Amino acid sequence: MDAIEKNLLLQIADLHDVPAGAYNIRENGKGVARANTPNIEIVTKTDKPGIDIFIKPGTKNESVHIPVMITQTGLTDMVYNDFYVGEDSDVLIVAGCGIHNSGCEPSRHDGIHTFHVGKNARMKYVEKHYGEGSGEGERILNPDTIIELDEGAVCELDTSQIKGVSSTKRYTKVTCGKNSELVITEKLLTHDSQEAVSEMDIFLKGEGARARIISRSVAQDRSSQIFYPRVTGECACFGHVQCDAIIMGDAKVRAIPEITADDVNAQLIHEAAIGRIAGDQIMKMMTLGLTEQQAEEMILGGFLK
Amino acid sequence: MLQIRDLHVHVRTDKEDLDILKGIDLSVESGKLVVITGPNGGGKTTLAKAIMGIVPASGGTILLNGEDITHKSVTERARLGISYGFQQPPRFKGIKVADLLNVASGKELSRDECCSYLTKVGLCANDYLDREVDASLSGGEVKRIEIATILARRSGLMIYDEPEAGIDLWSFSKLTETFKTIHETNDATLMIISHQERILQLADLIVLVSDGRIQRSGPGEEIFPEIMNQTEGQCPLVS
Ligand SMILES: Nc1ncnc2c1ncn2[C@@H]1O[C@H](COP(=O)(O)OP(=O)(O)O)[C@@H](O)[C@H]1O
Ligand SMILES: [Mg+2]
Repeated sequence: MDAIEKNLLLQIADLHDVPAGAYNIRENGKGVARANTPNIEIVTKTDKPGIDIFIKPGTKNESVHIPVMITQTGLTDMVYNDFYVGEDSDVLIVAGCGIHNSGCEPSRHDGIHTFHVGKNARMKYVEKHYGEGSGEGERILNPDTIIELDEGAVCELDTSQIKGVSSTKRYTKVTCGKNSELVITEKLLTHDSQEAVSEMDIFLKGEGARARIISRSVAQDRSSQIFYPRVTGECACFGHVQCDAIIMGDAKVRAIPEITADDVNAQLIHEAAIGRIAGDQIMKMMTLGLTEQQAEEMILGGFLK
Repeated sequence: MLQIRDLHVHVRTDKEDLDILKGIDLSVESGKLVVITGPNGGGKTTLAKAIMGIVPASGGTILLNGEDITHKSVTERARLGISYGFQQPPRFKGIKVADLLNVASGKELSRDECCSYLTKVGLCANDYLDREVDASLSGGEVKRIEIATILARRSGLMIYDEPEAGIDLWSFSKLTETFKTIHETNDATLMIISHQERILQLADLIVLVSDGRIQRSGPGEEIFPEIMNQTEGQCPLVS
């Protein structure tokens, strides 16, 4: 790996080198490295680009890393990844896409990730997006995440996009079975004239299903963000949506949380707040010896942590 | 040594022009404990904020150890050794109590060091270090954390704005002990805005601010009994 690739990998997967456990590294539209474990098998799809990941029932404390890197300008990469997480397993899946575009043409990655999470399985899915490069070319990331949670399954979904992605359209759909639990934490920072849209459909279908969606975002400069999380409760269930945004400069933020109860026992809550950093917050930090800029960084850093 | 000469603060709102401070003259020697008291709206917080640089002075001068700081920024004054505990401290989503203490002290504090500052304001450290300083904390908790950050800064001049507000009796007595110790060991100059007898009793100097002016000032032992007498009637000292 060269320096650019190493940095992308560090940014999106906290990896200094190839990871332990199962992995599949994709670069500029092609798989470049792969490892299986006795419990986790990665198979290339034959009908379309992408991979199937099979995790055996009962697999505990294993991880799968599937980073995607794009360093070629003008490349559009489209990929389908299907995960089969076996019953009673407990796994960490780290995906992420880093684009280094130093050319003038747009570089783009569209990923469709589908997860079938088996009975009583626990899955943590971490996805980081990152863009860099001196070129004029846009860096575009459009991920779709489709998750089905079986009875008693627990899913934690952490997504973050902190820097350098010109445009992103994210769609997340989760169907929650009986007594399943879902926690989505979404972190987003946009700057310059970047655009980000995040739409979600969460269906609480099984009795006792619980979902919490937490979105924290910062919109700087002339960037714009739209959040549209929708939660539907179809039975005795619990859902909580929380959108919280800091707006700066000439940015625009729209947050439209929507909750729908189709059953008298569904308990659904939504909260949304958009606001600037308060003057007294900056002042307080400055009285502790920070400069105005350090104060702002500290406040934003905490907010997105 | 803090020297304030003919300090004016003038605020222009969309409706009117307000003279909030109308010529304050005040000298506080290093290591002394001065209590600023007086009726609500008298200008105490504005005076504290003007010393910290949060509110600009529209006239007069402020000297710290002989150096003119009247036009210095908040950051510069903080680094020169002034700290100010807000009357109403702001909250921060995602920032932990330990993070604030670290920033305040300017270094990574050990857990034990953090604990010692929190204990001084009557907080049980282990319950609080990893809590976020957000809306989940009560007013009294945020206030005590605010005071702990000022203690952790160890500035030469510490200004506390109504530290007693919203604090239970036990924590308050812990806090008065802490002020007393700082004062006795000559660690810092303390300026405390307060209405509490137990804090007034600690004062070397009591300054009564009302209607943007110093109405009365003098040694604690002289002013304290006057205040005690006059507050029993209707309106204190001020007419
Ligand atoms: N930024 C401001 N704009 C308008 N009025 C203000 C402002 N700051 C303070 N004041 C007014 O100045 C007076 C003194 O306020 P303050 O210093 O907070 O008093 P104290 O702390 O003694 O209660 C009050 O009447 C207050 O309403
Ligand atoms: Mg006040």
